[in-house]
Amino acid sequence: MNYLEFEKPLAEVEGKAEELRAMARSNAEMDIEKEAAALDRKAQTMLADLYKDLSPWRKCQVARHPDRPHCSDYIETLFTDYTPLAGDRNFADDQAVMGGLARLNDRPLMVIGHEKGKDTQSRIEKNFGMARPEGYRKAIRLMDLADRFNLPVVTLIDTPGAYPGKGAEERGQSEAIARSTEKCLKIGVPLVSVVIGEGGSGGAVAFATANRVAMLEHSIYSVISPEGCASILWKDAEKMREAAEALRLTAQDLHKLDVIDRIIAEPMGGAQRDPDSTIQSVGVCIDDILTQLSSLSRDELVQDRRTKFLNMGQSGLAA
Amino acid sequence: MNWISNYVRPKINSLFSRREVPENLWSKCPECGTMLFHRELTENLGVCSSCDHHMALSARDRLTALFDNGVFTEFEVPQPTTDPLTFRDQKKYPDRLRTAQRDTGEKEAMIVAEGEIGRTPIVVACQDFSFMGGSMGMFVGNAIIAAAQRAVQRKRPLVLFSAAGGARMQEGILSLMQMPRTTVAVEMVRDAGLPYIVVLTHPTTGGVTASYAMLGDVHIAEPNALICFAGPRVIEQTIREKLPEGFQRAEYLLDHGMLDRVTHRRDMKNELVSIIRMLMHEPPAVTGELPAPDMVETPEAQTDASQAQSADG
Repeated sequence: MNYLEFEKPLAEVEGKAEELRAMARSNAEMDIEKEAAALDRKAQTMLADLYKDLSPWRKCQVARHPDRPHCSDYIETLFTDYTPLAGDRNFADDQAVMGGLARLNDRPLMVIGHEKGKDTQSRIEKNFGMARPEGYRKAIRLMDLADRFNLPVVTLIDTPGAYPGKGAEERGQSEAIARSTEKCLKIGVPLVSVVIGEGGSGGAVAFATANRVAMLEHSIYSVISPEGCASILWKDAEKMREAAEALRLTAQDLHKLDVIDRIIAEPMGGAQRDPDSTIQSVGVCIDDILTQLSSLSRDELVQDRRTKFLNMGQSGLAA
Repeated sequence: MNWISNYVRPKINSLFSRREVPENLWSKCPECGTMLFHRELTENLGVCSSCDHHMALSARDRLTALFDNGVFTEFEVPQPTTDPLTFRDQKKYPDRLRTAQRDTGEKEAMIVAEGEIGRTPIVVACQDFSFMGGSMGMFVGNAIIAAAQRAVQRKRPLVLFSAAGGARMQEGILSLMQMPRTTVAVEMVRDAGLPYIVVLTHPTTGGVTASYAMLGDVHIAEPNALICFAGPRVIEQTIREKLPEGFQRAEYLLDHGMLDRVTHRRDMKNELVSIIRMLMHEPPAVTGELPAPDMVETPEAQTDASQAQSADG
């Protein structure tokens, strides 16, 4: 279990309980159950207190938690018959973007998402979930395929943003993102997006220009990372707490702004404490939305997205 | 520096120095250092006569230079909620806005207008880098949507001049949402079968490049304009190596297939006219000095004229 900086006191209590139990295992005569149980209760209360009202910056940390379920976990658990499809037919297959045909409760669909990787090796392979132009172009190809065969598209968003690299720029990163956003708007099939971790800037929008956008309770979605914003507007990257606050990047604020449609509750202490139940809740949400959207015609789906985005931002948070 | 510039408060000081600026100012070209006579520079559309460096041009100056006889009609942009997030960094966002408005004399970072270039009716959206770095917030989004709607309604092509540091961070997620919103605007023009031409000027970066600026039917850039998603400084920090000379400049993008043309500012108008007239099935433009229009046409009259034209074609 990886603890976040603000969970340090909790880590101590849970560590003590674990220590006690370890001692009891090596010494059968010790009766520690009572004390251990007391520590457990204390830990539970602390956890509830910590997560009751997470600050935006803490939410950023939870959203980036290394143990948080990633796109591949969702695909493995929720979908059957997953058949990965690769390549942009132009240059390469971007490992930061995974996708393919799959079934959700027997319903065939196309699933696409950012994958950050689980360990150092896979994180490097997946470029920490930062797509290059090939990734967007692969997604465009898969959305096109889904569109032609009338399959709904589900996108799982978890990226720090587009990759700021030389090759990515040379191969037209901007154009790739713009075309991917355009493709999202154009397809005549339902498009559902769930922000499962980090929704970073243009890299996220390129997949999340959807009929319905849901966010996990502690995920974030922002125009720029709090660190980036702090270094530009405060001229000090250490002011990320203030920037996180000002940017209104939490699921709760975005729901108030009508930028997203639903918030999916996470288990106490965040998705990383119970990945399976988190994944199941996301599955229920996607299935529910797809059922809702299934009555709309192709034209209505396109119109629904256009209207949604044209109307966006009419109301502020000021109240 | 003299004692008075230390003594007098900065605001008052700038007021004084501004008053001292004569009409016939000389400016120094930031590229080659040549001193350029102000009036000559204006006539040259802000291009250095010695090294051809294209200097920044305000949106208003650009429109005046672009439209026939400098005549154009601005139209209204629906005013979005000001400061939707009640954003505050070291300054409050509304204060930053007011400062920009005072410094530029403009309302926001984009002007939308209609008029004729080479007797060809068009709708133009022109971004103003001098207004908070041309950044894209709700207003710029609304402006592009308004321009697209106007183009569709009048059956005119849309020409967009881009210039921006990227998204308006002070509007947070709502600035990011301008990427899909402006993409919808581009789709409206495309659905109506009208040309959408993007002129990318220095600099065009970030979310602006990754949405409407890269979705044109034709992409034309001004020489040496910086055009990118992630800026060179960010990339150097990430990959920790020096970038090649000319990286992310217009000519570099042309080489990499992202642009159709790199065109000198002096030739831009004729080129736009020529391309638009071909795409719109109109006869070649009459070049050279045109007689001034008899009068400024009313918008209604223009609509009739353009409808009549498309009916002929």
